[in-house]
Amino acid sequence: MSEQTGTKSKAQLDAEFSELYKAHLRDVYSYAYYRVGDHHDAEDLTEQTFLQAYRHFERAQRESHGRPLRPWLIRIAHNLAANLYRDRSRKPASSIDETTTIAALHTTEQLVEGRDELSRVLEGVQLLPDDRREALIMRFALGMDNREIARALGRSDGATKVLIHRAIKQLEEIVGDRAGVASGPRPSSNGASAEGPGGE
Amino acid sequence: MSEAATHLEGLLREALIPVEPPEDLAERLESALTSITEMAADELEAWELSAMRDPRNWVRPTAAVVVGGAAASALVLLRARRRAQNSRRGLAGGVDLSSLGRSAESALRDLESEARKLLGDR
Repeated sequence: MSEQTGTKSKAQLDAEFSELYKAHLRDVYSYAYYRVGDHHDAEDLTEQTFLQAYRHFERAQRESHGRPLRPWLIRIAHNLAANLYRDRSRKPASSIDETTTIAALHTTEQLVEGRDELSRVLEGVQLLPDDRREALIMRFALGMDNREIARALGRSDGATKVLIHRAIKQLEEIVGDRAGVASGPRPSSNGASAEGPGGE
Repeated sequence: MSEAATHLEGLLREALIPVEPPEDLAERLESALTSITEMAADELEAWELSAMRDPRNWVRPTAAVVVGGAAASALVLLRARRRAQNSRRGLAGGVDLSSLGRSAESALRDLESEARKLLGDR
């Protein structure tokens, strides 16, 4: 097979990239949306991710040794999102549009029962440090396993497991605090972030 | 894992549902990727021209010119020899200086013309 000799034709590469694109467009868009918090930036980020992926596709395939390319795609999106914030010197302009997202994705009955709780969870996710938030998005929105998340974040499997564990722990505290003081002033719930990404 | 953490994971699965990309994004992306694919060949050509500014990229084209040049010289010499043979046959043993001169001029013109073609093509 030509793949083994490293001499794939351009048409073959294009066809394979097209498959990759079709398979993961929703993943990249979901990641981008939960990462940047609005549809406009999420669209830009998704577009840039695939354009950059196209440029480096051949090399990525060669170096992946048959492993799935989804973590590589998400890593591109992750780096582009980091650049976006660095360039604009800001955090997300707004938190995720919870009303739209929740209303679009859940039935009325579910909304009546759990809307407040889901809103608190989404708010809490936005308050997590970047690396913890991203790990949760990859795990729960994209259904990635620890190994995939580790590859996307450039960490070891063990460090990723710890990262996710701490993210859930911190989110639990944030959601608990918010539920307890729903009518009062919002407490600062970002204390654990002092540990920073390097502490994982 | 605690019961609260398990409950929270369930909530996270509900809250972070995958988001479908807008249809126009898919269309826009597919069109952009198609354009890039089609432009790739043109860009490569443009790169080859712009890359000529860098002397490190001269080796391959120079080799091509040398090989092409050798082929062109061979062609010119072949034509000159053919003309000389024709002249010799026409003279039937005698030496015609004007004919030799014409032959040499013609060979030079051929050489010039081939060189122009070669340089024009590269």
